[in-house]
Amino acid sequence: MPWLFIAPITLLHLVVVVGPSVAGMYYSLTEWSGIGQAEFVGLDNFRELFFEDRNFLLALRHNLMWLAFFLTVPFVMALAVAALLAQVRIGSMAIRTAFFIPYVLPSVVVASIWRMLLDPRLGFGVALENWGIKGLAYPYLGDKNTALAAIAFVDNWHWWGFLMILFLTAMQSIPSDLYDAAKIDGANRWQEFLHVTLPGIRPTIFFMLMMTAIWSFLVFDYVWILTHGGPAGSSEMLATYLYKQAFQRFEAGYGAAIGITMSAIAGIMATIFVFFRRRGWDV
Amino acid sequence: MFKRKGKSNLILNYVILLLLVCLALGPILVLFFNSLKSFNDLGTNPIGLPRVVLIENYVNAWVQGEFATTLTNSLIYVVFTVAGVLVLGGMAAYSLARLDPPGDNLYLVYMLTLSTIPFWLYVIPLFIMWRNLGLLDTRAGLIIMYIAFNSPFAIFLLRSFLMSLSRDFEDAARVDGANEWQVMTRVVIPIMWPAFLTVGLVVGLGVWSEFQAALIFLQRDELMPVTTSYYNFTQRFGRDWSLTSAGAVMMIAPVLMLFLALQRQFVTGLTQGGIKL
Repeated sequence: MPWLFIAPITLLHLVVVVGPSVAGMYYSLTEWSGIGQAEFVGLDNFRELFFEDRNFLLALRHNLMWLAFFLTVPFVMALAVAALLAQVRIGSMAIRTAFFIPYVLPSVVVASIWRMLLDPRLGFGVALENWGIKGLAYPYLGDKNTALAAIAFVDNWHWWGFLMILFLTAMQSIPSDLYDAAKIDGANRWQEFLHVTLPGIRPTIFFMLMMTAIWSFLVFDYVWILTHGGPAGSSEMLATYLYKQAFQRFEAGYGAAIGITMSAIAGIMATIFVFFRRRGWDV
Repeated sequence: MFKRKGKSNLILNYVILLLLVCLALGPILVLFFNSLKSFNDLGTNPIGLPRVVLIENYVNAWVQGEFATTLTNSLIYVVFTVAGVLVLGGMAAYSLARLDPPGDNLYLVYMLTLSTIPFWLYVIPLFIMWRNLGLLDTRAGLIIMYIAFNSPFAIFLLRSFLMSLSRDFEDAARVDGANEWQVMTRVVIPIMWPAFLTVGLVVGLGVWSEFQAALIFLQRDELMPVTTSYYNFTQRFGRDWSLTSAGAVMMIAPVLMLFLALQRQFVTGLTQGGIKL
């Protein structure tokens, strides 16, 4: 009887997620267009990926750069602003609301907004020129040296406020007598932040670092919408490369191999974090 | 900024916070201003207030972007996904929290693992299976996927909400002779509305904004949700920013209104696990 209630959703999961995941592992070992018979080729796809496919290695590099960006910039911004916001009372709720709003916007809208603002002829750079600040009108998304950074900036614009709210919520559950004790010991606000606030929200920071590490290898929306991985592959990511291989060039087997690789890297990232946690970084 | 004590230095806090509030809200205001500008106005004045307010942009975008169809589609995807998640996920959560099935802890671990499997691992076989089953490029096909993606979160949230409730009412109903089905429908469901609302908002927002699965699994224009349809619209009218901005405002207006009205539920739900980059 109890399992009858659980069965429907479990069956749905098995069909949509678990079954295809297992099938994906098999197809990664085949040469297959997605139609007809898949031809078993062993580890050929992986050999090609890691030793011959420069586009794949480039995409992997971009995901690693993305990881480095998202493990630092949003965390520093979110921690600093949460600490500032935790001290103010008047207007605090309104400010929180404002920071949260970008997070509820769909990726297509966020991308649309920033495609306008980052435009070299009509963007914010031109507006600043009218105010006398020159040199910022630039085709950020159209230059292969800046495209990836511009996409990361846009994604972070919609993301960091949410991270900040998470940290702020965690900070508010720190018992206030810890702060009182720190004050009695003569701690200044910086020392309070370092020795009371940061340890108090460490579980939240840790968890979000881990999730960021996983997500950084799966990012698709902002890259696809803003640049399609271009110009000249300069913002190609594993997910956009998989999409192109599987759904535009009909290399289903090769695409599946990229999918496995992405998932394996994300899994390794999660494992590293769990390992450190067990080793006494405790939460 | 942490070093000095006293109230006066909160001014610095406010200055920094307000600058960042401008960074968060300014771009959304620019979108709104641009949605009201004429093509020529936008060409010479891309950031500032509109010189002449042009409501026709909304009419044009509504017609040319087929927003009547796509907003309806998105609403259909949201309603059916939320309903499916609440019914199927709710049943599972109820069983896990109340009926004590053997092996429930193992099942929770399984569910947690499951919810971390990346979309890109299974998307290709799923696509091919959906094609073979005739579910590719259909509303039902997308809704089934959305229910599967969103239910782990729903099960965890509903289960923990149920665990926090006392069993006294249910036991009283049983003493009065109610069977298990009656206990669930007459006693448990009525007190679970706050949790249903939270799950509904988080899942609804996720489906309303969803892009990658809709991009891959739908080809027919008349089935597209507002996100992928709007994306195609911006590709077609790339330089006509007043038109695309008006379309974007129409897409986000219902979300923003709902968010401002039910902010507390949104924030609680999203911070409890509906987290996406």
